[in-house]
Amino acid sequence: MTADEFYDDEEEIDFSDLREQYEVKLEEGLDTFVVIDGLPKVPEDNKPKLVKFLVKKLQAVGTTKEDAVYMPMGDDGQSQGFAFVEYETATQAAQAVKKLNGLALDKKHTLAVNKLTDIERYGREGRIDEKYVDPEPEPFVEQEHLRSWIGDVRARDQFVLFRGDTVGVYFNNKKDSPEMTVERQFWTESFVRWSPLGTYLTSLHPQGVQLWGGSSWKRMARFPHPAVNLVDFSPNEKYLVTWSNKPIVYQEGMPGLTPEEDGKTYVVWDVNTGKLLRSFPPIENPQEADKPPNLRKKIQWPLFKWTADDKYCARVTPGSSISVYETPSMVLLDKKSIKLEGVVDFEWSPYAPTEDEAKKASGEQLLCYWTPEINNQTARVSLMAIPSKEIIRTRNLFSVSDCKLHWQSEGAYLCVKVDRHSKRGKSTFTSLEFFRIKEKNIPNEPIEIQDTVINFAWEPKGDRFVLITAGELPPAGAAPAPPKTSVSFYAPEKTKSPPTGPFRLIRTIDKRNSNAIFWSPKGRFCIVATINSQVSHELEFWDFDFDGEKKESEKDLAANLQLIGTVEHYGVTDLEWDPSGRYAVSSSSMWKHTMENGYHMWDFKGNSLREDHIERFKQFSWRPRPPTMLSKEQQKQVRKNLREYSRQFDEDDLILESEASATIIEARRRLLEEWRAWRSKTERELEEEREDLGLPPLGVDEEKDMEGATVIEEIVEEVIEEKEEEIA
Amino acid sequence: MRPILLQGHERALTQVKYNKDGDLLFSVSKDHVICVWYSQNGERLGTYNGHQGAVWTIDPNPSSTILASGGADNTIRLWDMKTGKLFKTWEFPTAVKRVEFTEDGLFVLGTTEERMGHLGTIVVYPVNPDIEGEQVNEPSLRIVCETKKKAVVAAWSYLGKYIIAGHEDGSVSQYDGKTGEQLLNVPVHERGMLIMDMQMSADKTYFITASKDKSAKIIDVKTLNILKKFETDTPLNTAALTAKKEFVILGGGQEAMNVTTTSARQGKFEARFYHKIFEDEIGRVRGHFGPLNTIAVHPAGVSYASGGEDGYVRLHHFDKGYFDFMYEVERTRAQH
Repeated sequence: MTADEFYDDEEEIDFSDLREQYEVKLEEGLDTFVVIDGLPKVPEDNKPKLVKFLVKKLQAVGTTKEDAVYMPMGDDGQSQGFAFVEYETATQAAQAVKKLNGLALDKKHTLAVNKLTDIERYGREGRIDEKYVDPEPEPFVEQEHLRSWIGDVRARDQFVLFRGDTVGVYFNNKKDSPEMTVERQFWTESFVRWSPLGTYLTSLHPQGVQLWGGSSWKRMARFPHPAVNLVDFSPNEKYLVTWSNKPIVYQEGMPGLTPEEDGKTYVVWDVNTGKLLRSFPPIENPQEADKPPNLRKKIQWPLFKWTADDKYCARVTPGSSISVYETPSMVLLDKKSIKLEGVVDFEWSPYAPTEDEAKKASGEQLLCYWTPEINNQTARVSLMAIPSKEIIRTRNLFSVSDCKLHWQSEGAYLCVKVDRHSKRGKSTFTSLEFFRIKEKNIPNEPIEIQDTVINFAWEPKGDRFVLITAGELPPAGAAPAPPKTSVSFYAPEKTKSPPTGPFRLIRTIDKRNSNAIFWSPKGRFCIVATINSQVSHELEFWDFDFDGEKKESEKDLAANLQLIGTVEHYGVTDLEWDPSGRYAVSSSSMWKHTMENGYHMWDFKGNSLREDHIERFKQFSWRPRPPTMLSKEQQKQVRKNLREYSRQFDEDDLILESEASATIIEARRRLLEEWRAWRSKTERELEEEREDLGLPPLGVDEEKDMEGATVIEEIVEEVIEEKEEEIA
Repeated sequence: MRPILLQGHERALTQVKYNKDGDLLFSVSKDHVICVWYSQNGERLGTYNGHQGAVWTIDPNPSSTILASGGADNTIRLWDMKTGKLFKTWEFPTAVKRVEFTEDGLFVLGTTEERMGHLGTIVVYPVNPDIEGEQVNEPSLRIVCETKKKAVVAAWSYLGKYIIAGHEDGSVSQYDGKTGEQLLNVPVHERGMLIMDMQMSADKTYFITASKDKSAKIIDVKTLNILKKFETDTPLNTAALTAKKEFVILGGGQEAMNVTTTSARQGKFEARFYHKIFEDEIGRVRGHFGPLNTIAVHPAGVSYASGGEDGYVRLHHFDKGYFDFMYEVERTRAQH
């Protein structure tokens, strides 16, 4: 029974229309009012003083004045401990509720601030049960295993393929066509992305981001960020950052968002709960704001960088500060940003201190940042420990035009690639500053490179690296051909015991077009490639621990470098190693060009396994694997018995192969038989028809012709030129 | 397999064809000239001059005495193959797209375009094998196609029993060779996709079609059942069956009108070899820098010629590897 019926029944007067009108008025007019509770009780004399004090507090979030505060007095001449306050606008009132609720006035008094309309809505009698009832716990529902693909009996890796409007996830079957696990039309509207541990597949839509997973590929979470453009996960996939180039325009009823998010472009989400943690407005770079939108620098992505254990996340405000946030509260560390004048960029060390280490003072997270030359100060690179914010190492640098920070995957080394210019600023060159983080006092080791380094990559979990240098870049607008590049390989000198020796050049390969380096995720193997190029499409497979004769000149180095394969993939735009480092897939995406789109799978030696030309092919991405759960000892055991395992796998492969080829052979045999049967039938019918017409069987007359024929061979000689020469 | 490049035409090739003995290769192009070459070494024997427009089609009779040709000057012409003398011209209201002799050489068919109110037709003329003799003026049979359904290509079946026609709407028809009555009409290719080529097997009991829908199909003459189909990634202009080996050769590539805007690599101007029975792609031959308009295979299967939009004929003699290539199942069967 509704309230209307109740009144109708009792008094038979219909004034629901009046009430409706009244209610609307209440909503509209009282939005600017807040009710403040928890005030001290004061006598009439002290009231103006309290009001004055209160207004001062209240004006922190909006405009109000003493007239707008109504503090009713009780019969005992004391104030009642609450007051009504009117703000200028409803938003200010909302801010007051948000910011001032829970504010402590002194030890005894804490403010409770509520909207008047809320009190109306919830405070009325009967609206809320007087007695607290425990919420019913939801019955436990077994969830799908999020890592079910790891349990594949053949331990195959998965990958996602995006072509046309179809997104599909498949098991890699090496040479054979991949096995589909799911395929959906219009699964994403721009691109797909795996979470860093491979648990979720991310799809992007105008309404926001969705995560999918489990064996049934059901939706796991939704993050309603309108017009989202980019996403980024924290390393342990606990948090998600989304970015849109359009600031959020908040409207009533948007799910998951609050008015707070209005005007924000970055949102940080909790992946497990799907809750919004904090949103951030776009960073205005004063130098960039004047330029037209198409000339502005691309946004820095990921802007929010995470420590390896998801504990902190930080972002740089170029030129002024680095803000470090603690998770999960997303509150600034020590409530303030770290002021660093001129700071351009920073990177966290990818090393996550173990629990034991974290307890010690030395077990802090490391953050490396650099500042350019400003105010008579040299440029410098610094290492800062978080949360203590102590600077543990700095190095001054000169004539710096740009720096790039490259951490080795275990955080053991840091390479700072310093692009420098000569005094006149005409020619540029690069120097590499190495820091050995794990050694005492963090020693530094510079390597000077004569040319500009355009690409640098550490061996994952290793101590070797590859870099690509380019000669002088032609002035803009000149010859469109990119300059020839050189590829250089480095390794440390061999030492009997740690620490590792100094880094030395192994070899330089000149006159290349190469522009990209792809290390196998397990190290040792490395692909040097030319991608997104018009002229060259080479992929070179290098082995750093080649099992064979070593060059005399390189015998002191902890590497035996050997080119083990060179292949070409026309129009290659992307390359990705599978998580096990056994296969690499080069792909040619229609996002870059429309020529020969598709992907090509290679083994680590550069042998072609599979070639798939796919029209409107867009994206190929291997599903990452979570770190192994085997202990160090177990891993050692596996390595020891590798021969045994590989024998087993070879056998399995062989069985599979023979099975597969058996079915193919069977199918072909059938086709062949069918064709032969059809042919002999039609041939017979044809003979019969010819016989009926009185014609000789087909082919007979020709043979007859041939019998009587003689082959005449004619040799024609033609004199082209005749010349007589007298020999003196 | 080193091709011989036949540079005799100034414009796009429209058809190439071997004679029955396989010693001669005829080629026609949009430059109004018919060329004849020695198929062994690619030497040009001569030309047949007289057409007043693009020559669309050519066919030598089985005894290699008469040559029939048809072109955009709305004529079918008969030539003395040996001397190059033109001895008969039949005129039509529209262009002639295809001519073909019966296997006894006593009849020739032609297809005419649908244009300016004239419906597409298939005409049949009896041919007097005596070059000095009198030739008829009127066709012995005239099949009129429905509007928007002109026959683009047509061919005789075994014993001249049927006339098989490929239409512009992607369907294939079977007509009675004597009466012209339509016996069957089957949609074979995607609706509205032009059938560009149709070539008969040696005994004319089955044929292959090539279509703009990027596929080629092998079809039984008697029932018009599709026996095999070959899917490619480019519009096809031509398809040929190979003798001796169970292969088909498909040719095509990007539309001629788009060629100038794309690289040769993207245009897919390759001759593609498929296994006729297993429908697998076996190999490709590159070389042309325009789409392939026509492919013909030597009657004994020792060579093939392709003519491209680029104005060249490429003549390929197969080498040993080609003849040795065999699938395992074929080999085991051959041994039995």
